[in-house]
Amino acid sequence: MESRTLLKESQIMKIHYITGIAAIFVVALHIIMRLIVPFELSLEYDYIIANYKNLFYVLILESILVLISVHGFNGIRIILLELRQSSAWENMVTVVTISAMIGLIAYGTRTIILANGL
Amino acid sequence: MKEIEQPTRNNLEGIGGWLNPSRYGWERISYWFQRLTGVFLLIYFIGHVYETSTIVNGQNAWESFLELTQTVWGHLFLIMVIGASTFHSANGIRLVFTHAGIGLGTPGRPDYPYSPASLNYRQKSGIWIALILAAVAMYYGFNVLFGV
Amino acid sequence: MSEQRIKLKVYRENRSQKTGSHYDTFEVPYKKWTTVLDALLYVKSYMDPSVAIRYSCRMASCGSCGMKINGIPKLACYTKISELETSTIKCEPLSNFPIIRDLVTDFSLFFTHHKDMQPYIQSKDNLETDTNKGTFSFYQSPEDVDKYLQFSYCINCGLCYSACPTVGTDMKFPGPQALAQQYRYFADTRDESKNRLDIVDDRHGIWRCHFAGSCSKVCPKGVDPALGIQLLRSYVLGISKNDKVPAKRIEINNNTETEAGAIDSNR
Repeated sequence: MESRTLLKESQIMKIHYITGIAAIFVVALHIIMRLIVPFELSLEYDYIIANYKNLFYVLILESILVLISVHGFNGIRIILLELRQSSAWENMVTVVTISAMIGLIAYGTRTIILANGL
Repeated sequence: MKEIEQPTRNNLEGIGGWLNPSRYGWERISYWFQRLTGVFLLIYFIGHVYETSTIVNGQNAWESFLELTQTVWGHLFLIMVIGASTFHSANGIRLVFTHAGIGLGTPGRPDYPYSPASLNYRQKSGIWIALILAAVAMYYGFNVLFGV
Repeated sequence: MSEQRIKLKVYRENRSQKTGSHYDTFEVPYKKWTTVLDALLYVKSYMDPSVAIRYSCRMASCGSCGMKINGIPKLACYTKISELETSTIKCEPLSNFPIIRDLVTDFSLFFTHHKDMQPYIQSKDNLETDTNKGTFSFYQSPEDVDKYLQFSYCINCGLCYSACPTVGTDMKFPGPQALAQQYRYFADTRDESKNRLDIVDDRHGIWRCHFAGSCSKVCPKGVDPALGIQLLRSYVLGISKNDKVPAKRIEINNNTETEAGAIDSNR
């Protein structure tokens, strides 16, 4: 029979739907914050560092990082699970996608923390 | 279920079936496009996190990164990202409603010509709206990026 | 009046002989009402009797003659040559089914997926309900029947299974037919099984359906499996409440039906 998994597939998919919808809002905010200033200014080093020191901006960025990493890597997990169906492959897919999720979130959070401290 | 062995996978359409959206109407096209944009956006996102992280290496590092992306090709690529994310989001919202059973009609007594209730004008409009929003967003992005 | 003729390009392969595949082209006469099945049987009768095809009822009722006609899964008996717009008609076996020979494919995995759904009325203890002993019958109103009727029209032809993109890569995915049948029994008030949702709540179960809708597009009987699957998913998600009232059982005593408080047999 089926092996026990940490989360039921229905729970994973609920997370997928919720992260997707929440991501739309925070990414829209991220884009709007660039559009309300002159385009050239939005790319200047000092302006961006100043943004990183703003707590609200930092929270938006961290939310985008977490929500999109979870949603995106779960999507890749779904696509990879559909390609092959042996236990070895499925376990590998689970391990790789969760590691990639954590890895990307860790790397991005490091950027945010370092830029905030600069 | 028993382990499915690889050698018995004969005559499966495989990824070719995913990649050919032409045979079954708009809903299949939207499935194809949702997958394509999803994978594309994930790759873009990983690159974006990596590249924007150059800011922690100082102003020179940041400016040499900008030289790479503030080019014509960089802008065109970003316009594709804008289109992909708009379609993926709008179509994704449609799919959330669909997966919850909303907007599909109710079971009834089928009669000739057996048009399926679930492939109704609401679903098709949703797909077309997502495509149109993506085109509009790409047009707007083009205006902003190329300063027109 | 000159006879109209059409070219039929038929896929030929014998998997057990391992000689590879090729297409044979036959030119057959046809009239306005000639179906692809008629044309294939003409080929078998007058040109090449070795073409292997499955067929039975010739009226879209048995589901045997499913094949890809010009790349789209269709029933050969239900497709008129005059309605196809090409001058050559390509007949290939259904994809996603292992090929046995020519246009005949192996449905065993398809039937296994269907059986895994426990496609029979069950009592509360998940036991198959047997009304043959004549002890009771179920009461269902027309509204109760409409909830699942269209899904019961499925003839197991396999066209939906062939069209589904997920089936094309995932052999553990039950396929649109099995999932729609799971909904058919779930919505049926006679069924009291408690585990129908758990059977499909699996990483290769209902969640690998992405509503590409190709199943409903090709279904010849109007079953609309995509509708059944999305409705079932709304129950698995908890968005639709599972408040089905089980059908009343009517005791049969000495050949008369009686039930305390109510069904008027004169109605």
